[in-house]
Amino acid sequence: MSSTQVAIIDYGMGNLHSVASAVRHVAPEADVIVTSDSQAIAQADRVIFPGVGAIRDCVAEIKSRGFDEAVAREIASGKPVLAICVGLQALMQNSEENGGIECLSAFEGEVRGFASTPGFSLARDEGSHSSERLKVPHMGWNQVQQKQAHPLWHSIDDEGRFYFVHSYYVQTPQSDLVVGQSHYGHDFVAAIAQKNVFAAQFHPEKSHTNGLQLLKNFAAWDGKF
Amino acid sequence: MALAKRIIPCLDVDKGRVVKGVQFLDIRDAGDPVEIAKKYNQQGADEITFLDITASHEARDTTIHTVEAIASEVFIPLTVGGGIRTVADIRNMLNAGADKVSINSAAVFNPDFVQQAADKFGSQCIVVAIDAKKVSGPNEAARWEIFTHGGRKPTGIDAVAWGVKMVELGAGEILLTSMDNDGVKQGFDLGVTRAISDAVSVPVIASGGVGNLQHLVDGVERGGADAVLAASIFHFGEYTVPQAKQYMAERGIEVRL
Repeated sequence: MSSTQVAIIDYGMGNLHSVASAVRHVAPEADVIVTSDSQAIAQADRVIFPGVGAIRDCVAEIKSRGFDEAVAREIASGKPVLAICVGLQALMQNSEENGGIECLSAFEGEVRGFASTPGFSLARDEGSHSSERLKVPHMGWNQVQQKQAHPLWHSIDDEGRFYFVHSYYVQTPQSDLVVGQSHYGHDFVAAIAQKNVFAAQFHPEKSHTNGLQLLKNFAAWDGKF
Repeated sequence: MALAKRIIPCLDVDKGRVVKGVQFLDIRDAGDPVEIAKKYNQQGADEITFLDITASHEARDTTIHTVEAIASEVFIPLTVGGGIRTVADIRNMLNAGADKVSINSAAVFNPDFVQQAADKFGSQCIVVAIDAKKVSGPNEAARWEIFTHGGRKPTGIDAVAWGVKMVELGAGEILLTSMDNDGVKQGFDLGVTRAISDAVSVPVIASGGVGNLQHLVDGVERGGADAVLAASIFHFGEYTVPQAKQYMAERGIEVRL
């Protein structure tokens, strides 16, 4: 395969170093750029849409820089797009974080808080055999059940562990979008996919062997699903 | 399916070398931080914590370069602490590749800094480190206080109330170190670990005192910790990370194997 250019969208929300270095690590032939230039994003072969921090700030930065249009354009272009963490959340219709935020509406569904789920603080998972409550953020290594086969799951065990750090999670009425599911007090969406877009709640760039494999799969993916 | 309890090797770094003291004194050299971080990554550590114990201004550049070197080769979460006092310090560490920063003394001197930091960067990357020491006598109700300056200065602040306050201000995680137990290898102070873990809504990392693998189990089962941090048992080859995980798994604790 000829070399591929991967553009990581930089909209001013912090550390993209680890995403870039993880992609470079698994795809040394790839040209990885971290950019806030809409034209450079349009010219890249694949796009990563990351996100950290509060959704209000993320969405505000995305919109003020015109990246809502760039993201919609890239999704429509058919080239492989990988969204990570708040990147996934920003693609939904709205989030209840920060008092309610309108998101980009690329997918049907909403973002809800673990802490606002009724009864959540009393919930217990089979793994925590003492009586402590479940903490928020959901932070650490959880298992991801592969609800559908997908090229990005290639060579990754079903129920393999990935690193999560988030207080809000995605809910969608379109169950056919869900390719990965995890459990923390209740089931939640770990990854959705449609056509050329794969969006993960976990951080592949921090998920050691499984995460690196997923990024390697992304660097080689033709965008078909 | 469930969230795993985390095992976090800790690198105490002084002038670019990993060291380990006993009760914050008596330093012993344990090697190069980048090599050690890579080793723990390969062993399946769940995160790495890097504490810059020099934390003088001259040492900052060394620390940033070391963090960059670790972050470009180690693809698990990295927390950096020691001398984090300003928003610029946090930004520098995150830009160097840290995923979280740990704020210690600066939180005591200026609690609003925690709030500023969380507002700016998100609670998910703000860890507040609490150094607690037992101050109650043998026949009193247990009580712990915050100490600063490597355990030398009492502040009069109640450790449990402090943990609650830090979470209200935006801390996403608490790194709790028992100053009585640190480096003496007799196990965590389970009393303060349980008290703070029960009092706060965010994850608690237990630290200070691990001498054997049962101590890790106790930290989770009896202390209620979400993660356990240890230094010397891993640095000096007494146990490997896989041995620790195997031991915990055999006792019914969910770990990432």
